[in-house]
Amino acid sequence: MYQWDFTPVLANSGMLAAGLANTLKVTGTALALGVPFGLGLALLRLSSWRALSLPAGFIVEFFRTTPPLVQLFWFFFALPILIQVEMTPFVAAALTFSIQSAAFFAEVFRAGIVSIERGQSEAARALGMTGSQAMRRVILPQAVKRMIPAFTERAIELMKTTTLVATVSYADLLFQANELAQKTFRPLEVFTVTALIYFTVIYAASLVVHRIERRMAISGETTVH
Amino acid sequence: MTSDTALPLLRVTGLRKHFGRDEIIRGIDLDVAPGDRIAILGASGSGKSTLLRCLNFMERPTAGRIVLGGKVIGTERSGHDGKIEVSYSESELTRVRQRVGMVFQQFNLFPHMTALGNVMEGLRTVKGMARDAAAAKAQGQLARVGLEDKADVYPSRLSGGQKQRVAIARALAMEPELLLFDEPTSALDPELVGEVLRTIRTLAEEGRTMLLVTHEVGFAYHFANRVLFIADGVIHEQGSPDEVLKHPQQARTQAFLARHNEFQF
Repeated sequence: MYQWDFTPVLANSGMLAAGLANTLKVTGTALALGVPFGLGLALLRLSSWRALSLPAGFIVEFFRTTPPLVQLFWFFFALPILIQVEMTPFVAAALTFSIQSAAFFAEVFRAGIVSIERGQSEAARALGMTGSQAMRRVILPQAVKRMIPAFTERAIELMKTTTLVATVSYADLLFQANELAQKTFRPLEVFTVTALIYFTVIYAASLVVHRIERRMAISGETTVH
Repeated sequence: MTSDTALPLLRVTGLRKHFGRDEIIRGIDLDVAPGDRIAILGASGSGKSTLLRCLNFMERPTAGRIVLGGKVIGTERSGHDGKIEVSYSESELTRVRQRVGMVFQQFNLFPHMTALGNVMEGLRTVKGMARDAAAAKAQGQLARVGLEDKADVYPSRLSGGQKQRVAIARALAMEPELLLFDEPTSALDPELVGEVLRTIRTLAEEGRTMLLVTHEVGFAYHFANRVLFIADGVIHEQGSPDEVLKHPQQARTQAFLARHNEFQF
């Protein structure tokens, strides 16, 4: 019978905390950059001007269909050769996951925008709004509401995917757990705790989003028509 | 109809609209004088809604000229075969739409804004009014359509008739020179039609210039000073309500009216 012993893990909890902080840093950066860039890509892709929509579509599809690990290796190992710049693991990770989530968020935005009835933009235009005013005041506020579930799903997926950064020696939670397991010879306890940390953080975040969503549904129109 | 001295508010000549290979509007000429109340009747698919939607450029005409307040909309130039081609700039069309209001069959209220917010939106975003001034003006417009007590209510809590009255207030707030109604009561339950028609009638009494596409023949008779009967994308018959609705000359107009009166008692 295996004797569980969490004391070595607890004694080194600072290592895991530092790892979690780094995981949140990469995830947060990717969200902070990926959401606005994703919106930009979505608007470009929806443009009736093909010189804009085609390149945007290519970027989105390319980053959605290549494995994130390949992207990470490319940014960490290949790009520095090309541009002669030393790449830190954090910059490579932030770059990879920002662009990758921008590609995914672009599709979330696009789906949200096209789901808004045509009459909404017609009513906005009939008042004399420009296309961008209609987008900002009428279409996006409604689209964002409908996007929240898909958005949450992507953000969760993103945080889980960031575990790949351990492969380029970025000290995220998984990397730190691995170090700790080797140091303490307690992989079972270490990885159990690590899994629980991921679960706690992600589940708590999704509860908060769910709350926000419910509150938005109560105030004003529901998202269902 | 229009005296030669009074400049028409709107002059449409040779209007055509194709969707792909379907020609929906096949050459319409129309003058709208200030204060005109024009009812547009016709079977579904006749092109009457498309005609209306061309007038505020929800649809861009394929050919023809639209003159609003003496100014030609778009830039005309001769094409290679001698035909006149018109190109429209989006910014010009946006300015035109600020002068030509529209009320839709499906109301198209903004569901994420209250009734007051809906009416304020154009004032704030398009006219750049300060919040307080816009709110005061919007409140006044809601009062005009009898909904001052619904200012803080979201559209999902309003009846169809109330929604359409908010939509009318929203269009009125922009002080359009011309107001277009695209089947404003067709999506309403019968018992809610009256309140919307009464609202439109009060606007008529104020001397507003309005074009109304409708199936309500009885209302058209009382509302309009001119009636157009559209068939196959052209004006098939037009005149005063008495002429067109009581003494129609064309067989198709007669048949259309007979169908509408079939179940009257």
